[in-house]
Amino acid sequence: MRLSDSDRALLAGAEGPASQLAMRLVVEMGRLAGAAELIDVSSAHIDGCLYHGQAGLDFAERLLGDGAAVRVPTTLNVASLDLLHPRRFRGDPETAGAARRLMDAYVAMGCRQTWTCAPYQLPERPGFGEHVAWAESNAIVFANSVLGARTARYGDFIDICAAITGRVPKAGLHLTGRRRGQLVFDVRALPDGLLDQDVLYPLLGHLVGARSGRLVPVVDGLPAGVDEDRLKAVGAAAASSGEVGLVHVVGSTPEAPTLAEALQHGQPLEVVEVTPAMVRAARDQLTSAGAPEARLVGVNVGTPHFSVAEFGRLVALLAGRPVHPEVEFYASTGRHILARIEALGWLASLEAAGVRLVVDTCTYVTSILEDTAGVVMTSSAKWAWYAPGNLGVRVVLGSLRECVESAVEGRVVRDDALWAGS
Amino acid sequence: MTRSGRGVELEGRALVAGEAAGPALVLEAPLSLWGGMDPHTGRLCDHHHPQLGATVTGHVLVMPSGRGSSSSSSVLAEAIRLGTAPLAILLAEPDEILVLGALVAGYLYARTCPIVVLPGDHAGAIATDDRVEVHGDLITVVRSQARSEEPGRPAGEA
Repeated sequence: MRLSDSDRALLAGAEGPASQLAMRLVVEMGRLAGAAELIDVSSAHIDGCLYHGQAGLDFAERLLGDGAAVRVPTTLNVASLDLLHPRRFRGDPETAGAARRLMDAYVAMGCRQTWTCAPYQLPERPGFGEHVAWAESNAIVFANSVLGARTARYGDFIDICAAITGRVPKAGLHLTGRRRGQLVFDVRALPDGLLDQDVLYPLLGHLVGARSGRLVPVVDGLPAGVDEDRLKAVGAAAASSGEVGLVHVVGSTPEAPTLAEALQHGQPLEVVEVTPAMVRAARDQLTSAGAPEARLVGVNVGTPHFSVAEFGRLVALLAGRPVHPEVEFYASTGRHILARIEALGWLASLEAAGVRLVVDTCTYVTSILEDTAGVVMTSSAKWAWYAPGNLGVRVVLGSLRECVESAVEGRVVRDDALWAGS
Repeated sequence: MTRSGRGVELEGRALVAGEAAGPALVLEAPLSLWGGMDPHTGRLCDHHHPQLGATVTGHVLVMPSGRGSSSSSSVLAEAIRLGTAPLAILLAEPDEILVLGALVAGYLYARTCPIVVLPGDHAGAIATDDRVEVHGDLITVVRSQARSEEPGRPAGEA
């Protein structure tokens, strides 16, 4: 691998042991990926601030103790604690203390306290063709697909190494050729009524991810200009069920104005015709057996973090009605979005209805839910995918409308018209 | 692939070099360690995985690839710290996320988990409970008692 003079200097320890270790790991990953050289990144997004155990804390504190500081603007993903609502955390104090030390270590290295899995909702976000080092699978897909920025699939440890060195291997989705669509999902067989439903998008993402594995999928046949919240849902679901880092949506994402351009004028490996039955099967895969008939104890929305527009829909669907007293309703979002919905007057009406806002973290990665014995409903495919393993809960995947009606009634309510004929 | 008196020898490519020996656990589907394996117990907790509940600790884990979350690096490093990690991991294709977890554990705790890539047809030569020895790039497979009692089916063709 060709290294620049400054890469070699870092590797030799010229700027101290922290940047030396960071450069060693970046170079090691470059060798593994067969990269010819390293390239500059203009920003980083760090996932390592979520507490998974002592090892992650030991790593961050070792770097900090060795003098680490980020050299590019760096945002932070969700952590394990909601610092604005600290009582939401129901885990043990020892874990809370370690999780807080981890957060503090990343802040001390110069990262911004954004604490969101949706850094693309922040005002400053990368532009088309810009190389960045983002971690968090849904953020990676969004950056690559919706913004047209370029990031490989970074994760814990390498994310902060990229931020400290400002360098990444020239490999993976940083390369034009690796961004070529390989597998086409044609949705023209889906009825227009289903294409209008928000719930289609996480389900589509789920089935696309499950069939794509590590390939680059292309969704063809959706109306042009699919909004960012729907694209977010497609990407988050595809990155949970598969290792997807980029999904082209023809007519909506910048590298896919046409199918031919998404394929970089090549041939796809396969064209999958998406049927209503496949969408329904995705919904059933994301719903625990017997759960729709069981006792509803919670509703969780905002995975990835809710946008202002999504809060607007939630407020409209609630229409002033309160959440049933036996249902915990959580909406997860970032601090910056919380401030905006407060200014709009929505926060007060949501809290009055009994909706509990969670910031800085997310309800499926930490201990927040009071009751995990019953069934929890969600509009998020990612929540439905991971929560059974992380929390031990049973889940029902539904549309936001189904989630709200269920929360108000205190039982799982399904909109049969939505699924009739599929 | 060569067969010696001690078993079948396979040539892989060590991504994290090391030595290990123990019974194989062959996964039928890829696994994301984050959300898929509890580092405190070493058990599979991914409700979508066909082998939910199996324990990786004390086994050489054989799987097609990692999957999903990039937080798997942390989970592997934590499992290595706690002593619940697999003895080694054999993959059909390279996985940077797992390698990173093993490298960082090595740096922090001077303990790691060997990771070796085996071409797909070679990985098929290993079945759960076969004894697997890892020496750098070289893998030796001694078929389990149950398999060796199956008439006319030598290891490697099961």
